[in-house]
Amino acid sequence: MPKVYLDYAATTPIDPKVLRAMMPYLKKDFGNPSSIHAFGQKAMSAVDSARQITANFLGCGPAEIIFTGSATEADNLAIFGSVKKGDHVIISNIEHHAILETCQALEKRGVEVTYLPAGKDGLVAVSDLDKAIKSNTALVSIMYANNEIGTVQPIQEMGKLLQDHKILFHTDAVQAANFLDCDVEKLGVSLLTLSSHKIYGPKGVGVLYIKNGVKISPMIYGGGQEQSIRSGTENVAGIVGFGEAIKQIQDPKIKIHNIKIRQFRDKLIKMILKLIPDSRLNGSQTNRLPNNVNISFKGAEGEAVVIALDQKGIACSTGSACSSKSLEPSHVLLALGLSHEEAHGSLRITLGRNTTEQEINRLLNVLPPIVERLRKISGYNK
Amino acid sequence: MLPYSKKVIQHFTDPKNFGKIKNASGIGHVGNPHCGDMMDIYIKVEKVGDKEIIKDVKFETLGCAAAIATSDMVCDLVKGKTLEKALEVGYQDIVNELGELPAVKIHCSVLAHHGLKAAVEDYRKKS
Repeated sequence: MPKVYLDYAATTPIDPKVLRAMMPYLKKDFGNPSSIHAFGQKAMSAVDSARQITANFLGCGPAEIIFTGSATEADNLAIFGSVKKGDHVIISNIEHHAILETCQALEKRGVEVTYLPAGKDGLVAVSDLDKAIKSNTALVSIMYANNEIGTVQPIQEMGKLLQDHKILFHTDAVQAANFLDCDVEKLGVSLLTLSSHKIYGPKGVGVLYIKNGVKISPMIYGGGQEQSIRSGTENVAGIVGFGEAIKQIQDPKIKIHNIKIRQFRDKLIKMILKLIPDSRLNGSQTNRLPNNVNISFKGAEGEAVVIALDQKGIACSTGSACSSKSLEPSHVLLALGLSHEEAHGSLRITLGRNTTEQEINRLLNVLPPIVERLRKISGYNK
Repeated sequence: MLPYSKKVIQHFTDPKNFGKIKNASGIGHVGNPHCGDMMDIYIKVEKVGDKEIIKDVKFETLGCAAAIATSDMVCDLVKGKTLEKALEVGYQDIVNELGELPAVKIHCSVLAHHGLKAAVEDYRKKS
């Protein structure tokens, strides 16, 4: 039986058109964009073209696009590059580790960090942001859409609030890019992160949008590539692939398919909650990415559910600590007020471009008996 | 995915020893919701002459695949043994019998060992 992939928030398969666009730059057009000869210029023009496509997607100028080696690097660059000792930074308590760990490192260097609470529904209140602003607040970083629970934050309203302050506003739009408007003017952000491998592009490419006039200090020094903000020879094929991936996510056909993804998501949520007693949806049902389902089961542990699903050929993910090296479960689920036990019993199902109704039905057939079996083993009887 | 051995997967998929024992001689509750693994080990002890033998042993575990597999394995390893011999079964024996465990899951085998110890202690307190 063919395997079913339902972990698109972890990574996505490369779009065939993306791969096709990349191939020449892995073969005959291998030049270094910094070289002045024809080989180099061919590569440079490919990078520039991807930069222009990305700028069009974000509604900004090409000089405001910095290519990096990953979204994590872009997040690090946005924060380390803009904050100094004595500054105050505001983030949410459900940020991705790329933001959270970076800010925790900054705290050790004399930066004050405020962690805004995401409410029970996984949403950060604009009024809380307003109250947290101080005279020395240098940066606010709130993710556009959460990677675990898919909740979508009111970035535009936050942008409006911040426009009257001299505060940089960064958003990690890695999970949002497939589905939401990322126009930086509309959002009112001065910094924004994108990732290639979450949008059907290759791994190893990230983007940081830096608004014209915003000063970001480099973390990597060297040959002066990317306006000296991120030195290192460009990952030409990867960047070309990223550009093509950005093109594809704007394709009307893909946009129409996203409606189908949303219908699949709604069916999954409705049916799982109906078929499996003592299960709950984590995060807002309405302000939520169209492809994200995150459900907790009492009496069944997340990693065990994921392993059992994997045995049936279905790939999902969990916020359970048992899938990671730490023993603490997901900080996102704990931030929502879930008990440790509930947070350990979570399952994340994320849908994507190749998801079919048959796959959804297969999951719905397989999942309830798995949870039931694990509940028998755990002695959970309700 | 964690590299689980075939034997771990086998004991996770088809554990033979899960369930409660009615009128158990001893019960060991171990684990905590913070780490995500909660384990109950039930033992039925019978005196044969001057020996105390574990006639039956069962578990109820809320936890990951490794926690379930180690629970099942500790039951396999101590069933029919005297209490003294059963307590000699250490976490490393459980790991060895399962083939191998990923390093981050070794604590599951430690928990299974503690679960049995707690059940024996509970029995001794009662008897």
